[in-house]
Amino acid sequence: MPEAPAVARGRKFRGSVFIDWDRCKGCGFCIEFCPPKVLQFSDKFNTHGYHPPHLANEAACTGCDLCGLYCPDFAIFGVRIPLETEKTEADPAKS
Amino acid sequence: MSTAVASERPVNPVEPFLRTDRMPHIWCPGCGIGTTVNCFARALVESKQPLDKVAIVSGIGCTGRVAGYVKLDSFHTTHGRAIPFATGLKLANPGLSVVVYSGDGDLIAIGGNHFIHAARRNADIKVICVNNFIYGMTGGQVAPTTPVGATATTSPYGSYERPFNLPYLAESSGAVYVARWTAFHVRHIAHSMAEAFSKKGFCFIEIIAPCPTLYQRRNRLGDGLDTMKLYKQRSVIKNGASTRDLDVGLQGEIVVGKFVDIERPTLQQNMEQQLRQTLKDRFAGLGGA
Ligand code: SF4
Ligand code: SF4
Repeated sequence: MPEAPAVARGRKFRGSVFIDWDRCKGCGFCIEFCPPKVLQFSDKFNTHGYHPPHLANEAACTGCDLCGLYCPDFAIFGVRIPLETEKTEADPAKS
Repeated sequence: MSTAVASERPVNPVEPFLRTDRMPHIWCPGCGIGTTVNCFARALVESKQPLDKVAIVSGIGCTGRVAGYVKLDSFHTTHGRAIPFATGLKLANPGLSVVVYSGDGDLIAIGGNHFIHAARRNADIKVICVNNFIYGMTGGQVAPTTPVGATATTSPYGSYERPFNLPYLAESSGAVYVARWTAFHVRHIAHSMAEAFSKKGFCFIEIIAPCPTLYQRRNRLGDGLDTMKLYKQRSVIKNGASTRDLDVGLQGEIVVGKFVDIERPTLQQNMEQQLRQTLKDRFAGLGGA
């Protein structure tokens, strides 16, 4: 089930997404099922005429990769980028 | 084009499991099959399967394309024949984990006889059935899973045939593991697939998924996203529920969960036991990698 955004509140990492722009077919699954609702359709078209998503509120992304798990076109995925300022031994991406 | 800026672009966790040269795939916008492939990739990682020991077998149909898109030893068999192919593959090479990934039409209609007998014999294969209630690739005809009242190209006034309740069919035929989820339940699907990998015997996972182009559109159920939202509303998780009560209608509740998880000797174990008893020290084992 969706991970709570609380995971991100430890601030050992920040979340972000990568989008494979031309693979997207604009189904909207990622936008709908992102727990903190940080994605929106972009205004621009990709080469196939769909509107891929974009990260409208990056600060709230937890990097949970639920968007990646839902995307039927393998066009998006979430990542957790460790924050340099916080020195942690454990890899937060594996927590 | 990426939104985030990082020194090195990370790879999508599903990417190592895909034949990326074959992307984009043929599945329609909002089709649920691709979502199940993500879950499958996560399950392979979670269950720490050595990838050279996993083989995937598909039949014909939209879901049958999965074998062609994942970067594993894969076999795209003739219509309905994925299960007998997989049964033979597993017996000839018992070291493999053999997965059958196909649709409701291929597995339950054309391959229905193979399905019940592989379950009866408890062949050690994992069967993943993406059920979209219709024949997709051939143009939206009535399938043995189409709910009563649903419109298809061959039922313009609504289907009047009683559909199969797949978990009930699987359990009564002898499956040792039976679960059903919808494409909305991504984490549950991945977990069930990983559980099936760790089990011996005939495991069956039904995944109800949208076919927006044929089933949803003809039945005025909206697009893929509308369907996923409906799954969220209509699904009720009832682990351990009696499989008798799991009919799915055009409207109303969809019961999901894990219903059966039992142990019973597999086809291979029974075969090995008999060969050992009969041949005694002349029996050299079934071998395989
Ligand atoms: S990783 Fe994806 S689903 Fe998770 S918070 Fe970020 S955008 Fe939303
Ligand atoms: S889930 Fe994938 S295909 Fe659908 S809109 Fe998001 S990125 Fe595009």
